[in-house]
Amino acid sequence: MDIRKIKKLIELLEDSDLAEIEIKEGEESIRISRTSSLQLAAAPAPHHAVPAAPASTAGAPAGQGLDETPAGHSVISPMVGTFYAASSPDAKPFTEVGAEVRVGDTLCIIEAMKIFNEIEADRDGTIRAVLKQNGDPVEYGEPLFVIG
Amino acid sequence: MIEKIVIANRGEIALRILRACRALGIRSVALHSEADRSAKYVKLADESVCIGPAQSTQSYLNVPAVIAAAEVTDANAIHPGYGFLAENADFAERVEQSGFTFIGPRPETIRLMGDKVSAITAMESAGVRCVPGSRGPLGEDSAKTTRLAKEIGYPVIIKAAAGGGGKGMRVVHSEAALLNAIMLTHAEALAAFGNGMVYLEKYLERPRHVEFQVLADEHGNAIHLGERDCSVQRRHQKVIEEAPAPGITDEQRREIGAMCTEACRRIGYRGAGTFEFLYQDGEFYFIEMNTRIQVEHPVTEAITGLDLVVEQIRVANGDALRIEQSDLSLRGHAIECRINAEDPRNFTPSPGCISQFHAPGGPGIRVDSHIYNNYRVPPYYDSMIGKLIAWGSDREQAIARMHTALNEIVIDGINTNIPLHRDILSDADFQRGGVNIHYLEKKLGM
Repeated sequence: MDIRKIKKLIELLEDSDLAEIEIKEGEESIRISRTSSLQLAAAPAPHHAVPAAPASTAGAPAGQGLDETPAGHSVISPMVGTFYAASSPDAKPFTEVGAEVRVGDTLCIIEAMKIFNEIEADRDGTIRAVLKQNGDPVEYGEPLFVIG
Repeated sequence: MIEKIVIANRGEIALRILRACRALGIRSVALHSEADRSAKYVKLADESVCIGPAQSTQSYLNVPAVIAAAEVTDANAIHPGYGFLAENADFAERVEQSGFTFIGPRPETIRLMGDKVSAITAMESAGVRCVPGSRGPLGEDSAKTTRLAKEIGYPVIIKAAAGGGGKGMRVVHSEAALLNAIMLTHAEALAAFGNGMVYLEKYLERPRHVEFQVLADEHGNAIHLGERDCSVQRRHQKVIEEAPAPGITDEQRREIGAMCTEACRRIGYRGAGTFEFLYQDGEFYFIEMNTRIQVEHPVTEAITGLDLVVEQIRVANGDALRIEQSDLSLRGHAIECRINAEDPRNFTPSPGCISQFHAPGGPGIRVDSHIYNNYRVPPYYDSMIGKLIAWGSDREQAIARMHTALNEIVIDGINTNIPLHRDILSDADFQRGGVNIHYLEKKLGM
């Protein structure tokens, strides 16, 4: 069960009057309830390898994530593609939480159609949060970093 | 094996494609701009990807964004719907080069039919009768052009080769106005399409718009699914469509249908397509071919019992057509009313919040629309918000059912052209059947 599905279930719950949703898919099950702390019945490993959409452990369910995202300016993705934190698998990430950045500094790469696009900071400040992981798919308009 | 389809479109056709995916058990990815985040089909699709801001050029027309979305979702096919990139040969080419299946004809075919001059040449050599005309671009030799126009006989119409769908045309009633008209149309075409090539045709004064639906696979099979009459138009935009076309005989249908399917085989057509004709005084004249699924496909589905979008997907999957021409029978009569978010009198677009939507129902009634209560119609796209289709065992019953449906349907909060549809359906000329393409504009006093 991947993170996108879980996100969808949470949205479904929020849009409805239901208090709880439980879904069983083969061996895996997930229960999402409308309480102050979200509980997952299981954090299953992905049962099919989909390279572009991993069920990452760092990607917390949307509800929890929103509570914990620090305040600041969000750097938004200007395009659809795959997020890469570094210029190559062995290289150091362009940036990390706590790093000082200036306008124009490369923060990450978004790849689409075999072209690697450098995403630059549009604000001076400190990286408060890195919201995506290597290999995550990103949509237009999705927040990637928070600069405070 | 197609397992996941990216729906590269919006509005009612995106929902239509989604439904076909569900029917086949294929996973769907709904692409949307920021303005369409709360679209019904976005919520219903298996996955969704925001591909850009509201402006079409940066979202629905953004080729890299669409293809990137297919990459990140690991889809294997892209359905372009109608409009937007559906007839963009370069897009189809890039889709295929990127390793995805384009649900539609081959890029070369799209290119061939997209150029109206080459389309006519191709059709003529495939045995399809066309409107008498220049059969090629008009050149510098004004004496030659003037002679040609005289031979064909006035009135004539100057058309842009890169135009189509009613764009880039000018009617000329006399020789005195000819050369000027050509110059103006050429300049407009250059500005609008980046291609100033123009050609000349006989202008038919009271034709009906009758088009034939075809379906072809990659195994050399091609069938036609009968015709549609789309003569009720305003400014070259269809308002009401019906199938079959009133007054067309079985023999005519067989003859023209066979001409179209033969042409499909000759040009190696793949998928769903429509041959558009002007019909006057018992003669059919080819004007252009649409290499996509069309807005009005439901009326053909209603009288044939087929699901055309499912058939498109099957063909794209490499399957052979499951029916032969002899299997096909047309049953009853269907009418479609395009519901637009616009003022019914002056046609000003009317975006905004739909405070109350109530769909009509009953036997033979179909509603193809993505709207729902409190849906906000965005101002960035064309005004069509849905289609109302009525089927009856004959044309009279279809009209009666459509009447009832138009009285039952409720769309509050915005203006719609529903009152106009009620008007047309009650009109004696329309009820008689067989009106020509000038009917609606005359009725509206344009």
